[in-house]
Amino acid sequence: MSTAPPPTAAHGARRRPRPLIRSAGIRFALLYAVVFGASAFALAFSLWYSTVGLLTRQVRVEIRNDATALTEHYYLGGLPSLIAAIQARLADTSDSEGIYLLRDPLGNRIIGNLNRWPAQVNDDGNWYEVNVYRDNAAVYAEMEAFPLAGGGDLLIGRDVRARTELRSLLTDGLLWAMALMFALGLLGAVLIRSLFRRMIRDIAATTRAIAQGDLTRRITKTGDGDEFDELAEIINDMLERIAKLMDGVRQVSNSIAHDLRTPITRARTRLEDASLHAHTDDDLRSAIERATLDLDGIVGVFEALLRIAEIEAGSQRAAFAAIDLAPVIHDIDELYRAVAEERGLVLETVIGGSLPVLGDRELIQQAIANLLDNALKFSPPDSVIALTARLEEAAIEICVADRGPGIAEADRPRAAERFFRAESARSTSGSGLGLALVAAVANLHNGHLRLTDNHPGLRAIITLPALPG
Amino acid sequence: MRILVVEDDKDVAGFVVKGLREAGHTVEHADNGRDGLFLAASENFDAIILDRMLPGGIDGLRLLETLRAQDNATPVVFLSALGQVDDRVKGLKAGGDDYLTKPFAFAELLARVEALTRRGKSDGPTTRLSVGDLEMDLLSRGVKRGGQKIDLQPREFRLLEYLMRHAGQVVTRTMLLEGVWDYHFDPQTNVIDVHVSRLRQKIDKPFELPLLHTVRNAGYMLRSEEV
Repeated sequence: MSTAPPPTAAHGARRRPRPLIRSAGIRFALLYAVVFGASAFALAFSLWYSTVGLLTRQVRVEIRNDATALTEHYYLGGLPSLIAAIQARLADTSDSEGIYLLRDPLGNRIIGNLNRWPAQVNDDGNWYEVNVYRDNAAVYAEMEAFPLAGGGDLLIGRDVRARTELRSLLTDGLLWAMALMFALGLLGAVLIRSLFRRMIRDIAATTRAIAQGDLTRRITKTGDGDEFDELAEIINDMLERIAKLMDGVRQVSNSIAHDLRTPITRARTRLEDASLHAHTDDDLRSAIERATLDLDGIVGVFEALLRIAEIEAGSQRAAFAAIDLAPVIHDIDELYRAVAEERGLVLETVIGGSLPVLGDRELIQQAIANLLDNALKFSPPDSVIALTARLEEAAIEICVADRGPGIAEADRPRAAERFFRAESARSTSGSGLGLALVAAVANLHNGHLRLTDNHPGLRAIITLPALPG
Repeated sequence: MRILVVEDDKDVAGFVVKGLREAGHTVEHADNGRDGLFLAASENFDAIILDRMLPGGIDGLRLLETLRAQDNATPVVFLSALGQVDDRVKGLKAGGDDYLTKPFAFAELLARVEALTRRGKSDGPTTRLSVGDLEMDLLSRGVKRGGQKIDLQPREFRLLEYLMRHAGQVVTRTMLLEGVWDYHFDPQTNVIDVHVSRLRQKIDKPFELPLLHTVRNAGYMLRSEEV
């Protein structure tokens, strides 16, 4: 297993074996085992501690109670009564654990089941755990000495061999459990690692395939709805976006190849024609001027393409500011009204109140200007162009509606693609980038561009999220 | 006017230098950043046309920043192939007065350079402008021609003001869009032509001598005949 490559291995190091510890799965599993072991140990230890502790406390309470009872005998009936009471206890066979020893002030044994006073017990009021001989049998006992009022001491103890046995039993059990836990932890580590690898294998395989150029691959979801599913979904979304961008790039480069060829051909033809066939300086000059205009047109297309790419990259979001679109649209209306009148068209503009939006003023201006450019270009004489802007349920709708030929329903979804030109627009001037820029601007602002039928004509609607408050 | 052109492309530089000389200016040329900075710092120019990407270790931005750090306020027009919004902002932040993207029309470059040098000369706020018998009072916002009052819409007033401030110079459509409308893009429609022709109706139509002239392939110019 140690020679298996970790699933996250880099492209170049794919076949190089890795030390086991370098595997994320193993590290993960070991960490799990350590945490698991530590918590299990803590549980067992506290169990051990409280059990043993409880037993000790019980024994001590028993000894104290016994001492209280015996001292009472001594107070009420004097030494004979005490001796009688101890004798009674020694005779009671049901209590085989009791240890008693009474000595006089000189240290001579009076009565009890110990042969002699244990050397370690030399202080009253302390607990001792000592090995002693009770009736000539070795026992391990917990004991305390109590002084008597008239001199002499009373030693009371309990045989705690059973407790000691229990303690060693628990300790053994604990050690065994620890060993088992360690084994289980290792097993868990191995299991987790393989689980880990299995879950990552698919992601690794997919991303590797994509790195090698197969952009259509997607990560299959397990359907469990777990974190790995979530990750797979996020990665798939990302791949979707990348694929879309790649498509865009491919489409643009194709379009550049096809759509720019025409004006470049035209410019080239003009220049070559002039150099071969121009007879007068004036001919030559006018040919050069027209070719220059063609080149300017090509430059214009390039600039529009770059601008769209720049907008789609989204870097301008950093410069977004809160603006009111009402005066912005008012200005545009003023700029275009004169042109419309000049062409015998009517521009009807309705701006409803303030239109707060978070965005780039210049880009929105340009988007609306593009829509108006289109409307002016396609409007039949004496028709009306309606420019309306209003705030509707947290969204700002800017609509430019004309009475021109419109866009066929089948073409509308593609109308905002770069270089798309509807059949009816083929004969007019234009690059086919105007609506693409409008859509890019709308998307940049988290809005969208919608094209609908104006019966007849086109309604282009930009919807932008309004700035709340 | 003395103009410094810092541009490493031989064809572009030659074209610009020739054009500026034809327009009656004295021109110095440097084809790298180091020489450009030396010339700009050691001699007096009325304007500098500056490329951004230059050989010689000092690019256009560095050159301009160094110049501005020396309190040299010579107007600078960037002429650069770097045309993104960011590039333009960088150029203007570094102290550039105008930014023109390659490829460019010479008429646009000339108009912008000449407009800049004129702007540098005005000392103190002007309250009155006049071209021939056309007068503009900037305080009362009144316009008269030959003593006769002319009514202008606010935007027409600003358009005329811009033209009068640049009287005797060519102003391009882009300059008007930027200077009067504050729009930094080119509409497909000839919006500026329409507005200028409306203004012309008001200030020229009733009078014998036209003041507002169209300059072919370039833009417009406001001038009285005697200038």
